[in-house]
Amino acid sequence: MSGVWVWIEHQDGKIAGVSLEALGAARGIAASLGEDLTAVVTGHDVSSVADAAFNYGADAVVGSDDPSLADFRLEAHGPLLAGLVEERDPTVVIAGASPRGHDLTAWIAAQLDAGQVPDGIDLGVEDGKVVVTRPVYAGKLLCDAVVSDGVQIVNLRSRAFAPAEETGGSGEAEWVEPAVAEEDIPTEVVSFESAGSQVSLTDARIIVSGGRGVGGPEGFEPIRELAQALGAAVGASRATVDAGWIPYEHQVGQTGKTVSPDLYIAAGISGAIQHQAGMRTSKIIVAINTDPEAPIFKLASYGVVGDLFDVVPALSEEFRRRLG
Amino acid sequence: MKVVVCVKQTPSTTAVFSVENGSVNWEDPGGKPNVLNPWDEYAVEEAILLQEEHGGDAIALTMGPEESQEALKTCLAMGCTEAVLVGGGDFQGSDTLGTARVLAAAIRKLGDVKIAVFGKQAIDGDTGQTPVQTAVKLGWTPLTFVSAITEVDEDAGTITVERLLPGGKETVTTKLPVVISVVKEINEPRYPSFMGIRKANRATIPTWESGDLELEGAAGVEASKVDWSNVYELPPRDSEVELIEADTPEEAARILADRLFEEKVI
Ligand SMILES: Cc1cc2nc3c(=O)[nH]c(=O)nc-3n(C[C@H](O)[C@H](O)[C@H](O)COP(=O)(O)OP(=O)(O)OC[C@H]3O[C@@H](n4cnc5c(N)ncnc54)[C@H](O)[C@@H]3O)c2cc1C
Ligand SMILES: Nc1ncnc2c1ncn2[C@@H]1O[C@H](COP(=O)(O)O)[C@@H](O)[C@H]1O
Repeated sequence: MSGVWVWIEHQDGKIAGVSLEALGAARGIAASLGEDLTAVVTGHDVSSVADAAFNYGADAVVGSDDPSLADFRLEAHGPLLAGLVEERDPTVVIAGASPRGHDLTAWIAAQLDAGQVPDGIDLGVEDGKVVVTRPVYAGKLLCDAVVSDGVQIVNLRSRAFAPAEETGGSGEAEWVEPAVAEEDIPTEVVSFESAGSQVSLTDARIIVSGGRGVGGPEGFEPIRELAQALGAAVGASRATVDAGWIPYEHQVGQTGKTVSPDLYIAAGISGAIQHQAGMRTSKIIVAINTDPEAPIFKLASYGVVGDLFDVVPALSEEFRRRLG
Repeated sequence: MKVVVCVKQTPSTTAVFSVENGSVNWEDPGGKPNVLNPWDEYAVEEAILLQEEHGGDAIALTMGPEESQEALKTCLAMGCTEAVLVGGGDFQGSDTLGTARVLAAAIRKLGDVKIAVFGKQAIDGDTGQTPVQTAVKLGWTPLTFVSAITEVDEDAGTITVERLLPGGKETVTTKLPVVISVVKEINEPRYPSFMGIRKANRATIPTWESGDLELEGAAGVEASKVDWSNVYELPPRDSEVELIEADTPEEAARILADRLFEEKVI
């Protein structure tokens, strides 16, 4: 048993942010264990992805390049990865905790009856074992989980680890055949409708969120303006989503998205426990609220007690001026 | 058509947690410490909608302690036609893989199930892994992040769904039977009706134990390959809030911007 593996997620020939972060985290684990770092690349026409993986520090690349792997289908990718793990016996397998990474690690663990820990936000090595810190109970508690036996399968939350840096490395990838023939894959991807190029909440470095304090759908205008000035994504509390002021995909919280940006600006949000569950791991939290007793101030690093309709436009103006 | 919906009873979203000697306890300020996992409400609604459209059964299934009856009663009150509790000491402390083995065995025992509907994740473990793992144990196709079921063709044995992924919406077709896990966009869960609640309160819910199932592999704490026991409370956020004192919004904005540049988050 040897080797630290990272499954590489990619789009348009480029490695996804979560996978660069996984490579960065895996590099540290590989060094602590004294083992090699292998990138696993699956897809169709992915030689540029393999090259990029070497450039971002992989010691080796193994993968499969086949039309049947062009769409991400679990019945194709799951058995391929599980087969490789079984055959080559790595110590650790890491993926990003994106929807695909999540599903893939779940599949591999189930097929191999192996131990798996999802949603890591911190990694360490103790006695030759990877210790994965993950939030549980909606982020109200933490757990340090260790796979006690066999291959250790892990997926890592976005924005919790520093991405790997370019090394200028290069090498020859090893390509294997897919595990499942096209005619044995029951699922067909009929179409994909792209959502456009909005900043995604979970990847955003900065999020500006509005709550019931915005007063109505048009109240999100100043929020959007501030987000635009900062290159930020727009978040929302459930109260505003339920009121139909903004679509659900913007909801942050226990039944919305879990985010961890460098900066989270909460305007007109009271800071209910379910909202906190989705944003409490943000690095810096700013609260803007007319009520000095609002619970959000207990979590915030900085607070402005005031009307968001005064403070938020003033902030937009200030940042536009400073950021050009 | 036979549809199963897998649900879990979880701590309420307002529960306050404490950890003592490695065991997790919780209380709820509102006095209702356990609820049907909020994500599972969407799964239950979808199962009932399928049953209403295609006939047959919508069976609620949970693996858990005796008290999880309450979650099943909620499902019955909403409109599920049957409920089954899988319980007993052998399953206590199962992680997702153990749970998947048990749910797969229970679904096989129910027989001729075409669609097993799951929630996106359970708000206790927060893993979102059980649906895929149950599908693998059944040898069925998993379809995750489903935001719409566009067609179920029982004669052709196919299903078409939309999946909500980070970059957009994917439409896929596959063969039945399937495991699907649903996201919030899929529907608006109904409230239990008065009649439904009365019916649910009178229902006797069968309990299956390990002897009733043909399990492939073990469940329970011993079967887990992960040591999950080291749970602890969050370190408090180290900072006290700094309230920005200013005479005008412009001045507040200026001071706040200074701080945020100093923090290097902009
Ligand atoms: C099962 C369950 C799941 C939930 N999941 C989520 C979730 O995922 N995400 C989530 O957000 N919530 C969730 N909630 C809801 C949560 O409990 C709160 O109801 C919700 O977060 C409140 O939203 P809010 O802060 O926008 O509204 P409010 O609590 O009404 O707060 C509005 C705030 O705006 C302030 N305000 C008003 N006017 C102004 C102004 N002009 N300028 C500045 N401040 C102003 C007020 O002082 C107040 O503090 C969930 C609840 C349940 C039961
Ligand atoms: N013990 C259980 N019994 C029945 N269904 C479960 C159980 N645990 C999880 N599930 C289902 O699996 C989904 C994902 O749960 P999890 O993987 O624990 O986050 C939940 O929304 C439920 O639909």
